[in-house]
Amino acid sequence: MKRLGFAALAASACILANPASAFTVYVSNERDNTITIVDSEKMEAVGTIKVGQRPRGITISHDGKVLYVCASDDDTVEMIDTETNQIIGTLPSGPDPELFVLSPDGKTLYVANEDDNLVTVIDVEARSVLSEIPVGVEPEGMGVSPDGSVIVSTSETTNMAHFIDAETHEITDNVLVDTRPRYAEFMPDGSEVWVSAEIGGTVSVIDNETREVTQTITFEIPGLRAEAIQPVGVKIMPDGKKAYVALGPANRVAVINTETYEVEKYVLVGQRVWQLALTPDEKTIISTNGVSNDITFIDTETDEAIQSVTVGQLPWGVVVKPQ
Amino acid sequence: MTSRTSIRAVLASLLLAGMAISPAAAQGEAPAQSSEPTTQPSSPPASQPSGQPAGQPAAEPGKQQPRPKRQRAEKETTRIQIGYLRAYAPQLALSVLDVPPRNDGVAGAEVAIDDNNTTGGFLGQEFTLDVAEVEPEADVVEAFNKMVEAGARYVLTDLSAKQVLSIVDFARDKGVLVFNVGSTDDVLREEECRANLFHTMPTRTMLADGLAQYLIWKQWKNWVLIYGSHEGDQAFADALRRAAERFGGQIVAEKLFEDTGGARRTDTGVVQIQRQIPVFTQDLPEHDVMLVADESEVFGTYVPFRTWIPRPVAGSAGLVPSAWHPASEQWGGTQIQNRFEKQVGRRMLSKDMAAWMAVRIVGEAATRTNSGDPAKIEEHIKGENFSVAAYRGQKLTFRNWNWQLRQPVFLGDNRSVVSTSPQEGFLHQVSELDTLGIDQPETVCKLD
Repeated sequence: MKRLGFAALAASACILANPASAFTVYVSNERDNTITIVDSEKMEAVGTIKVGQRPRGITISHDGKVLYVCASDDDTVEMIDTETNQIIGTLPSGPDPELFVLSPDGKTLYVANEDDNLVTVIDVEARSVLSEIPVGVEPEGMGVSPDGSVIVSTSETTNMAHFIDAETHEITDNVLVDTRPRYAEFMPDGSEVWVSAEIGGTVSVIDNETREVTQTITFEIPGLRAEAIQPVGVKIMPDGKKAYVALGPANRVAVINTETYEVEKYVLVGQRVWQLALTPDEKTIISTNGVSNDITFIDTETDEAIQSVTVGQLPWGVVVKPQ
Repeated sequence: MTSRTSIRAVLASLLLAGMAISPAAAQGEAPAQSSEPTTQPSSPPASQPSGQPAGQPAAEPGKQQPRPKRQRAEKETTRIQIGYLRAYAPQLALSVLDVPPRNDGVAGAEVAIDDNNTTGGFLGQEFTLDVAEVEPEADVVEAFNKMVEAGARYVLTDLSAKQVLSIVDFARDKGVLVFNVGSTDDVLREEECRANLFHTMPTRTMLADGLAQYLIWKQWKNWVLIYGSHEGDQAFADALRRAAERFGGQIVAEKLFEDTGGARRTDTGVVQIQRQIPVFTQDLPEHDVMLVADESEVFGTYVPFRTWIPRPVAGSAGLVPSAWHPASEQWGGTQIQNRFEKQVGRRMLSKDMAAWMAVRIVGEAATRTNSGDPAKIEEHIKGENFSVAAYRGQKLTFRNWNWQLRQPVFLGDNRSVVSTSPQEGFLHQVSELDTLGIDQPETVCKLD
């Protein structure tokens, strides 16, 4: 109600400019080397940024001024000014960067280098490499604890979540999870890490205190073969009560109760749903659907898909600009 | 001729970490011949770059370097020795591009050993590979025994069915698991199946079924079959006939291409071939696709573009079914392809992938059981929940009635992947992958 009223007010105040409650969504399109800019209020694409080759992981500075994009085939992370939509520089990411995570203070970027079994630690300000941390085979998922003290890297062929001390850059624990772990997401209170396993078809919940798997969440969708359920992106709501998991070729996003670890709903989105992002007002989850070349907006109150918007080819990652 | 590939990176990192390597003495165990894994005290090289590909950029000066991790408790390193037994002789092919590389298959095992060691570094496990070569159809028992005496409890074989059968029962008596990474012979999964014999290479019937499904999906249902005169050619022709019957293809005519000997390539060969193949295919009835069964490299490569009427060619030439394709980039394939190319200096082929999977299967079981005990590893691999990921977009599991690894079949030409089977719509009550090859209700395999 409030949102609608505000949007109407804003729209009537200045029809041409973006209303204040419209969020800017950035989607990396792996196939056509672009970022699509989507207006969350209008739910339509409003611009395109040409970037390096095979853009996948995408994130944004906490002040919303700089967009970071893994240009995997160019072996670099590109920095884009969100005012001008121009590339303003690159970060020395190491080879084949796929996913990364920005530290809570915004100063450090932790990048997974798939080809070299490394996590590269980058000083964003100095644009220099602080450290390279050897991890398992094919590192992919990167998570950081809310206090910034722990980094988690998942390696897809080693099948482990590596817990890294952010100060010493050393691995302190290796936790075995299911096959092909793709994504690591901390609970907002830092108590747990959720790790999705694409081929294993599960999400492992790891206790950040004991560093042990306490829950293994499985998925079951009538009429779908178990092999088609491949969990990838994970988003946990800021209040820690609900988690969303993108299920790849199952074309659905699972909604999970974080207290019971039960799947409460499967939301049908587009084909090969990959990554997820939450709008700053926490009202919308956005999924990238790689094969159907679109993104889907999901209402977090009703957990219904509201609308899909066509973007570029093979949309991979998504991030929303903070207000 | 025996060559040994040791895992230098890991050993180097262990040495760097200042660890005494005196396994038998430290543990008071009999060395190599014990069926128990060799162990040695060490702290796991958790943050050592074990198994990293060569050519890693050198450390930049002044840059913070990762140091070996301090452990709460001392951990022991478990050594897991894997053998690789292959029949090898230089081979000719109709096209020089198809001559198998010298390290075909072995290179895949080596890449997987490095992958296993990167993971093993976190668990105190070290994997080694011991490669032995014999002549094709030579006696392999001696080489096998030597390998087992040296401590291998897992042996990959790239051998003929006959050679595999000459060692597989000795292997069973010694508690050795054998992984067939070379032979597509169905007989090893059927009449001559064994409880200690696993197969990561698909069978001829799996390959033929994968191809047939695609042709049916394309509605190209009428086929002619040209087959060679050697044993393998005939076996593949049989698999294609079976596939036709299974999926509703019609083989409207067959023709034998007799191998009359002679040099395969001569300077003037092209001129002759251009005239021979059209004439050979002139009297065949109308068809959609020409199937070629020529595993022996006698004529298959010559068929495409030289047929009497313009028709696509499939089988041993044209659209070829295979366990892997050097151009596959789907399902994370780019990563293994890059890793392989960087380490080996060429593209990854089917046998490389079959060997990579076999070594990864042992590694995966060792990781999951946190053990190098062959009995535990065997139990885990044979367990209901065992699966392995191998860049096929789904988990791969074993058929527990004959220990064949279920897997999609790639269909490709020389340059790219055209499709992968099973095709959409070929359904199965257990796994769609079981629409490929001899299925459980048809099997004649009886495991003890």
